[in-house]
Amino acid sequence: MENCPSVKNLLLLDSEGKRVAVKYYSDDWPTNQSKLAFEKSLFAKTQKTNARTEAEITLFDENVVVYKFVEDLHFFVTGGDDENELILASVLNGFFEAVTVLLRSSVDQREALTNMDLIFLCIDEIIDGGLILETDGTTIAGKVASHTIDEGAPLSEQTITQALAAAREHFTRSLLR
Amino acid sequence: MAQMVKKDDDRDEEADYSPFVGIEKGAVLQEARVFNDPQLDPRRCSQVITKLLYLLNQGESFTKFEATDVFFAVTKLFQSKDIGLRRMVYLMIKELSPCADEVIIVTSCLMKDMNSKSDMYRANAIRVLCRIIDGTLLTQIERYLKQAIVDKNPVVASAALVSGIHLLQTNPDIVKRWSNEVQEAVQSRAALVQFHALALLHKIRQNDRLAVSKLVTSLTRGTVRSPLAQCLLIRYTSQVIRESSTSNQTGDRPFYDYLEGCLRHKAEMVIFEAARAITELNGVSSRELTPAITVLQLFLSSSKPVLRFAAVRTLNKVAMTRPLAVTNCNIDMESLIADQNRSIATLAITTLLKTGNESSVDRLMKQITNFMSDIADEFKIVVVEAIRSLCLKFPLKYRSLMNFLSNILREEGGFEYKKAIVDSIVILIRDIPDAKESGLLHLCEFIEDCEFTYLSTQILHFLGNEGPKTSDPSKYIRYIYNRVILENATVRASAVCTLAKFGAMVDSLKPRIFVLLRRCLYDSDDEVRDRATLYLNTLGGDGAVVETDKDVKEFLFGSLDIPLVNLETSLKNYEPSEEPFDVKSVPKEVKSKPIAEPTGLRAPPAAAPAPTVDTYERLLSSIPEFSSFGKPFKSSAPVELTEAETEYAVNVVKHIFDGHVVFQYNCTNTIPEQLLENVSVIVDASEAEEFSEVAVTPIKSLPYGSPGQTFVAFEKPGGVTAVGKFLNVLRFIVKEVDPSSGEAEDVGVEDEYQLEDLEVVAADYILKVGVSNFRNAWESMDPDTERVDEYGLGSRESLAEAVGVVINLLGLQPCEGTEVVPNNARSHTCLLSGVYIGNMKVLVRLSFGIDSRKEVAMKLAVRSDDISVSDAIHDIVASG
Repeated sequence: MENCPSVKNLLLLDSEGKRVAVKYYSDDWPTNQSKLAFEKSLFAKTQKTNARTEAEITLFDENVVVYKFVEDLHFFVTGGDDENELILASVLNGFFEAVTVLLRSSVDQREALTNMDLIFLCIDEIIDGGLILETDGTTIAGKVASHTIDEGAPLSEQTITQALAAAREHFTRSLLR
Repeated sequence: MAQMVKKDDDRDEEADYSPFVGIEKGAVLQEARVFNDPQLDPRRCSQVITKLLYLLNQGESFTKFEATDVFFAVTKLFQSKDIGLRRMVYLMIKELSPCADEVIIVTSCLMKDMNSKSDMYRANAIRVLCRIIDGTLLTQIERYLKQAIVDKNPVVASAALVSGIHLLQTNPDIVKRWSNEVQEAVQSRAALVQFHALALLHKIRQNDRLAVSKLVTSLTRGTVRSPLAQCLLIRYTSQVIRESSTSNQTGDRPFYDYLEGCLRHKAEMVIFEAARAITELNGVSSRELTPAITVLQLFLSSSKPVLRFAAVRTLNKVAMTRPLAVTNCNIDMESLIADQNRSIATLAITTLLKTGNESSVDRLMKQITNFMSDIADEFKIVVVEAIRSLCLKFPLKYRSLMNFLSNILREEGGFEYKKAIVDSIVILIRDIPDAKESGLLHLCEFIEDCEFTYLSTQILHFLGNEGPKTSDPSKYIRYIYNRVILENATVRASAVCTLAKFGAMVDSLKPRIFVLLRRCLYDSDDEVRDRATLYLNTLGGDGAVVETDKDVKEFLFGSLDIPLVNLETSLKNYEPSEEPFDVKSVPKEVKSKPIAEPTGLRAPPAAAPAPTVDTYERLLSSIPEFSSFGKPFKSSAPVELTEAETEYAVNVVKHIFDGHVVFQYNCTNTIPEQLLENVSVIVDASEAEEFSEVAVTPIKSLPYGSPGQTFVAFEKPGGVTAVGKFLNVLRFIVKEVDPSSGEAEDVGVEDEYQLEDLEVVAADYILKVGVSNFRNAWESMDPDTERVDEYGLGSRESLAEAVGVVINLLGLQPCEGTEVVPNNARSHTCLLSGVYIGNMKVLVRLSFGIDSRKEVAMKLAVRSDDISVSDAIHDIVASG
């Protein structure tokens, strides 16, 4: 247990258990087939549970999985058997909150698919090769959003977070100059 | 048809919003041509990259050629200044994981980004670059990475630190040079930077125990702000505690105060990490445990499932070893049985089963019954095992527990689950006499409809042993004979055996059994017919009712007191001849002790690797000098007399005869350029006064690689356990061998080679022979031969260590699994048996106790065939 907390995968599945976006960091599932099998059985196992208000948790194939559902999106974070459950939950929470901010509060599959680039960037900002990069949802969203703001777009079209993130970046840049 | 149309509608609807409907690899690769346009359209390019990433994410893979193609096209996009596009380019490069010669193309672009003004560029460029570069390139950018580690932008610092953690695996030497910067970063005000820096610093130092200890000492005093870093520090602290393992004089554990302080942290993840660390401390005391249990108990009533799960899982683990520590949580735990989350409910139940008291059993069983049907098999097995141990704890409650087990036995379930239930019932029958009749009937009903051959045969065997001893054996016959009619050959054959056992034990049933067995003579399977014929003959089924004599009972029920492996080797060595195979010739010695808890149906554990007693005996009898010594009493395991990988490898086997000892030196020449001749061992027995050398047989020639044996024989007083130390020197004539021709030179040089010393100890005169029922064996020995005394064994690491030492000293066979000492036990009784030279049976009962200062005291009671042997055993311990 002297190891750093690590995450084995982040999954975002739709209401039928199909992939929206997934990222694996562990060699436990070497082929695409084994990954799909994992997703399928995990989805079947958790489908009927109510993970909408609070994140839920289960032991699955010697792994701890924490998960949360919103509309037709299912968020999962998998860690090893002896991982601190609360650390995994904080990763899940960061993932979920960041996606909520990025999709401008209408969190569903449709919105996720149209903003696929944001989802990919978001996953990239949470975990790097299994290690936790950041767990705060707004910070993660800020890092993702700062890239996508069209500099010329009128301020009114930006969300508050984006505006804040942009402002923060402008500010830091001016300081560094 | 309507269904189909509906589906199409769905499709259309989906097409409305999903940009990826009908996405196809070939087409997207075509689209990727826009990357080469002279006038780049960032938005369009981003879209294409997203599509490519989407394809990869769905499990599509690119061929080597396609990947290279895309990679080169993507590198063109560095021309664009668009931030969003650049970000997608980074992602794409990471996904494609280019090969070394491709990497060179992007290095300069990425290095430029690493030094850009935008922190986002810098952080990401570092992460991408570190992901794809090799050692030589790393030395080039090392300087920038070191700067980045202490950068004031936390995102940049974290990116460099995390990359460092990954790079440490491939380029440890380079990353280790960054220690100073990393150390500085540990002091960062940014929470995540602190976390990443601490992780890297520990990884750099992890092989240096002192450095880790220092790190922990300094940081536990200071203020680590980030909860994640705090969790890490707790892990490192428990590592240090584990490795130091000795508590100081006052009995306080170093760093315990720090862990306890973390229980009051404001972040739940830190509180939990600390509580878990405390519960996992080696030999944790109740006082240390209490605060951790208290916080976990609070978590049990949290509204967050994750928190409840984490707490109940940890408490469950504690309950395995310290059930009393957890009883305080029972009320909170009971409310969790109804938890929506089935994992939490299962953990709560199994914890309760471990900690529950007699009065709560019935209530618990009721609650469990309701919930058994909707959990998975793996959880069910856990519950069944918990119920079994509960039942053994409260035998009076067997009725409700047995009912529960039989109910779940009737429900659907896989093999492992059913086996766990059957095992539990069998154990209950064995240990709780009152439960026998109802338990057997439950098993009978189960085999009426059992799809697992293995379970059927095991139950039939068990029934044959236990059934005849019940008040009304006849009621089982119907179930057994049904198997003969309905089942496959394997089950039929074991049913025949079971019938025969009933016939042998219960005379009144005999005529009926014979009728049934005679029907089996017409079975379609050979084995079934053979068994029926055999039993009819041995039981006298052809005549009238006769009293079954003792021999037959012995034949049917007697345990085979020969290790199966020994029997197997003996049978393999047997060559067909006039002389029939004699079971009595099979050696009974058990070489290595089988350590297995007797659980359920599993047969008594058989011995492990095959001893070579046979081969020794044949070898020794082939040497004329030793023919007068008689049969060897015991041959020891080989003792190495040389270090591994030396020029000559020698080990020795001690053969003990009644009036002699023969040392068999197995020698191997490991030098291809040498031929050894006239090899013998010169033994100096000046420290073994009772021994006198009588014969030496040298090895004539010992070429490279083929082992040979030289023997030295000693005479010793008969029947006495003479002990002593022997000094050995290997003497030989060495001749050079021409490696090309393999011819040895004519003239050799005499040489000697020092070997390690060899001892003959008391244990060499004792054979390991187990007994199946120690209590019976003990009672049957003459109490007058008993010798009892007490010994102090001084300070020991643990009780288990003390027990192991005494067992090894005496060289006796531990019986009934008593060599296993439970964790944290304060006292332990160990039963040993064996045969002393002169064929004297010896039984030993050892009682150990350990006090708080780890001082171990032992009471040794011996019974044997001769009182002098009992004294001899005491002498061994007294002088050991």
